[in-house]
Amino acid sequence: MNALTFTLKKPLQFSLNCQLLNPTHLADKSPSDIASMLLNYGNSQCRVDDIFDISGNDAQNIFFKNSSDKLDYLGANMASGNIVIEGDAGAYLAYNLKKGEIHCLGNSLAYAACNMVNGLLTINGNTGDFLGGASAGLRKGMRGGTVVVKGNAGDRAGDQMRRGLILIEGNAGDYCASRMIAGTIGVSGKIGEYACFNMKRGTLLLTTRPRLHATIQDCGCHTLPFLNLMFKSFAQFKTKFSSIQSMRVQRFVGDAACAGNGEILLILTDE
Amino acid sequence: MLINGVKIDDTFAEAFNMRGTRVIITAQNVKWAYHAANAMTGFATSVIGCGVEAGIERELNTDETPDGRPGLSILMFAMGSKVLMQQLETRMGQCILTCPTAAAFAGIESEDRINLGKNLRFFGDGYQTSKLFFNANGVDKRYWRIPVMDGEFLCEESTGMVRAIGGGNFLILATSQVAALTAAEAAIEAMKLIPNVIMPFPGGVVRSGSKVGSKYKTMFASTNDAFCPTLKGVTNTELSPEIESVMEIVIDGLNFEDIAESMRVGIQAICDLGAASGVKRISAGNYGGKLGPHHFKLHEIMGKQAS
Repeated sequence: MNALTFTLKKPLQFSLNCQLLNPTHLADKSPSDIASMLLNYGNSQCRVDDIFDISGNDAQNIFFKNSSDKLDYLGANMASGNIVIEGDAGAYLAYNLKKGEIHCLGNSLAYAACNMVNGLLTINGNTGDFLGGASAGLRKGMRGGTVVVKGNAGDRAGDQMRRGLILIEGNAGDYCASRMIAGTIGVSGKIGEYACFNMKRGTLLLTTRPRLHATIQDCGCHTLPFLNLMFKSFAQFKTKFSSIQSMRVQRFVGDAACAGNGEILLILTDE
Repeated sequence: MLINGVKIDDTFAEAFNMRGTRVIITAQNVKWAYHAANAMTGFATSVIGCGVEAGIERELNTDETPDGRPGLSILMFAMGSKVLMQQLETRMGQCILTCPTAAAFAGIESEDRINLGKNLRFFGDGYQTSKLFFNANGVDKRYWRIPVMDGEFLCEESTGMVRAIGGGNFLILATSQVAALTAAEAAIEAMKLIPNVIMPFPGGVVRSGSKVGSKYKTMFASTNDAFCPTLKGVTNTELSPEIESVMEIVIDGLNFEDIAESMRVGIQAICDLGAASGVKRISAGNYGGKLGPHHFKLHEIMGKQAS
């Protein structure tokens, strides 16, 4: 069986909602069924084969080729299989992902891993705002799983994150880990202003000293053996974080503005 | 059966079903891991009076422990899961939580789980932190970080609980107390190398083997007078005139095979000392098959070594 491959025929003018094109939804569909499915395109609908050239028949392994940032909701609600996106992805990549893996080889727009429940999302390029956040109206963002971003993330990464792991090898924007409820975010590069704004619990792991606002409290420098476990658990994702050896950190706790007990752990390399 | 001049009785050790668990204790160095482990396995020689039987299984290298620090594995056994849970939580709280730099992790996986840090976390008074990490197999495990005065106490949420066997044993009959104890020490050194077993009594050796019942109504166990050398003239003794001292080694383990193997290497180590060392016989304790379903027959265990 060959991977089911959707190749974008031509650049899109409007956003295309691709939430139906995931392994879970296509599991029992014939090639003709898939070709005739209707996708929301702008304010209208169009057939899948109007937009994509379709080849292959293994719906558990889906490739998107020649993709663009007009493709929204890629891998949304997926509960099995793998998706590889050879190019960019639009907003809401891996929305409500329950199981399986999604690998985006380019960049993605905002709300990647929004409401994510489990599974793995990797983004080789940059991603937009609200990575791992909650969709409008919800009070909890990402609830599990792992997100690895090789590039940079926009503002409010991990906003209202409830559980899971986000590793950002590049920089993150302002309000990183804002309103975070629990889970772990690692940023290997720099972060913007107001990190951990209204953070309740959870861990923000940093390698460079951030500018913090007044309600994040410095709790001093410590050697924490649990970091060894954490770095070991990162090893399978093959990121910069796997190479960190130091268990020495400076610990900041907050956000005191909301009686939060979240933490920023700043890795110190001079043990 | 004679091995190197030492007689092996044609009898069997009678063992019973238990519930067991393994906990990995790590610390800044081996010294403090031993402090924690010795406290946790203290007063845990017999379920009769201690609730559990526990012991240190072996030392662990840094590459064998979850947090990469020196550690020890502990085995703990009880007659039922309820007692085991209660004793483990109590000992975790009083012996591991209190010990500087110590951390505790699951040492065995099974569907049946038993609390390690699940309730202990409340000692953190709201400052405790939960972390979910993937292990090497991609399975996520929950850990608790509890702030304490030396830094943080790290503890896995639970460990596995499995069916186990307790009460494997053999008796060393010698011409003097010194000879019996020397032989017992040699046996224990050899038996320590076998995984999945512990010898829970002091130094691995027990001198006060018991029989069921007593002349006193309140006692359900009393001294095993048939093996007491000072009672040879007044009781239905099992001892020949030259026997002056008897020591017993009791073994608890996670499975029948490892208990049998530990008995084999222990008895062999004694036999290697030879009859000239003062050891004349090896026997075993049983209750006629009424106590437990597991019978460790000495002749079968030592079959290949017979001369």
